[in-house]
Amino acid sequence: MMTEALDVLCPMHVVLSHTGHVIHAGPTVQKLRPDVPLVGRRFLEIFDLKRPRAITSIDGLRATAGTKLHLQLRDAPHTEIKGVLVAGPISGQCIVNLSFGISVVDAVTDYALTSADFAATDLTIEMLYLVEAKSAAMDASRKLNLRLQGAMIAAEEQAFTDTLTGLKNRRAMDHVLARHQQWGTRFGLMQVDLDWFKAVNDTLGHAAGDHVLQTVARVMVDETRDTDTVCRVGGDEFVIILPYAKGWDAMESIGARIIARLSQPIPFQGEVCRISASIGTAIFEPDGDETIAQVMDNADVALYASKNRGRAQQTIYTEDLRMDAKNLTPPAGRSTVDSA
Amino acid sequence: MHGLINRAIQCFVTDSYGSDKWVETTRVADLSFVEFEAMLIYDDEITPNLLDAVSQVLKRPRDEVMEDIGTYLVSHPNVEALRRLLRFGGVSFVEFLHSLDDLPDRARLAVSDLNLPKIELRDHSPSQFSLICDSPVAGYGHVMMGILRAMADDYGALALLEHTGGGQGKETISITLVETEFAEGRTFDLGARAG
Repeated sequence: MMTEALDVLCPMHVVLSHTGHVIHAGPTVQKLRPDVPLVGRRFLEIFDLKRPRAITSIDGLRATAGTKLHLQLRDAPHTEIKGVLVAGPISGQCIVNLSFGISVVDAVTDYALTSADFAATDLTIEMLYLVEAKSAAMDASRKLNLRLQGAMIAAEEQAFTDTLTGLKNRRAMDHVLARHQQWGTRFGLMQVDLDWFKAVNDTLGHAAGDHVLQTVARVMVDETRDTDTVCRVGGDEFVIILPYAKGWDAMESIGARIIARLSQPIPFQGEVCRISASIGTAIFEPDGDETIAQVMDNADVALYASKNRGRAQQTIYTEDLRMDAKNLTPPAGRSTVDSA
Repeated sequence: MHGLINRAIQCFVTDSYGSDKWVETTRVADLSFVEFEAMLIYDDEITPNLLDAVSQVLKRPRDEVMEDIGTYLVSHPNVEALRRLLRFGGVSFVEFLHSLDDLPDRARLAVSDLNLPKIELRDHSPSQFSLICDSPVAGYGHVMMGILRAMADDYGALALLEHTGGGQGKETISITLVETEFAEGRTFDLGARAG
């Protein structure tokens, strides 16, 4: 009568004899080992008592009455189980009620449990519901986060990119310069200005101008290394940042190649666009006294010197360039980098 | 309205009729986007407009479309997770019917800002019930009817359902249970998660 009531109220209970053997197992606890009857076996042989520790006898077990027991099945699957022991109605017997605790999610799979295996008042089914519902909701949130992240990267990419040429824009340039300064990188700074670009725009139209700019962008990316950054900072004005600059020679040869390739005629819809490029180069020394703004200005001065020497020239900045007043003001038609 | 509701309508149209029909629906509903995000909140008036647009694009009465949405939510493999969550409500169809009173609370436990309309089950006899649900969007009773029809199948029960009309923001469905173990039904494995 007693055990029948217990089977309904707590289907995961066992009744132990005074010797510590199982004399009755609730229907759900028997499901843990469907092939071996639990009745007749010693409780402590089936379960390893993890806490309280060092209890090996039924007397020791009986003394834990009313406190929480941490148990684990001795053979696989080694499910962890919680329990509590109380004295039984017959002297010497005791009742241990068991529960899966947090291991319930795995246990329902391992032992193919159904709603009928839990007491009607047990909240296990509600907990399983919550686990599943929360996972589904979390999954939906994670997908949203991934999509938002993708959109953010795309937006940032756009904001750092000049849409016509795909080169980095002025914002990106400031960002890259700040990063190099932070890292203490030595880098070369090349100001590149197209020659006769206005003439192409005026005579052949904007479509031709756009085509020229796209071609120029491709050439500059081709002729620089992956670690270099090519930026379009104004209509026909570009800046190339060349980190880890070895020396003037390397930069001079990059500049020479760019000028050589840009001096070749660019065909566009049966017409030919002729431009060239002027370059001024300076180096930023992380340990030097000059700020990035000053190095930018040095590169500008070198660029003006190139323009003044005729077109398709490149100049490496030296202090004596500043002795010539012509090099200190932009040639007609060119904005200064700072205000462009 | 919660994005999950609008997203459900989107998935119904896309899974059942193809993405072209869905894109057309968003155009008819005058939306400026084609993807609803499940976890965002949208203006309330979007949902009824959307349902009208679906009805127009599919050339089918709106009530019928709404019942199909309900059936879709329980029976389509793409939304298996939802069927499983509903099956947690009870081990038999009758127990499931009684769990419907808790449905809005259960939904809120999972997604705290999801407010489903209030539902109340009244039992007139062991085989005769009526379900009264709030309908903030006209026709919500038809969605519930689709869900009940599909869930009866899921449990293997045979039930007759009738939408007996509504008014003042409430709709009523009459349920006659003919047989509780009419067919095999689908199994419900507690441990098997929907993928």
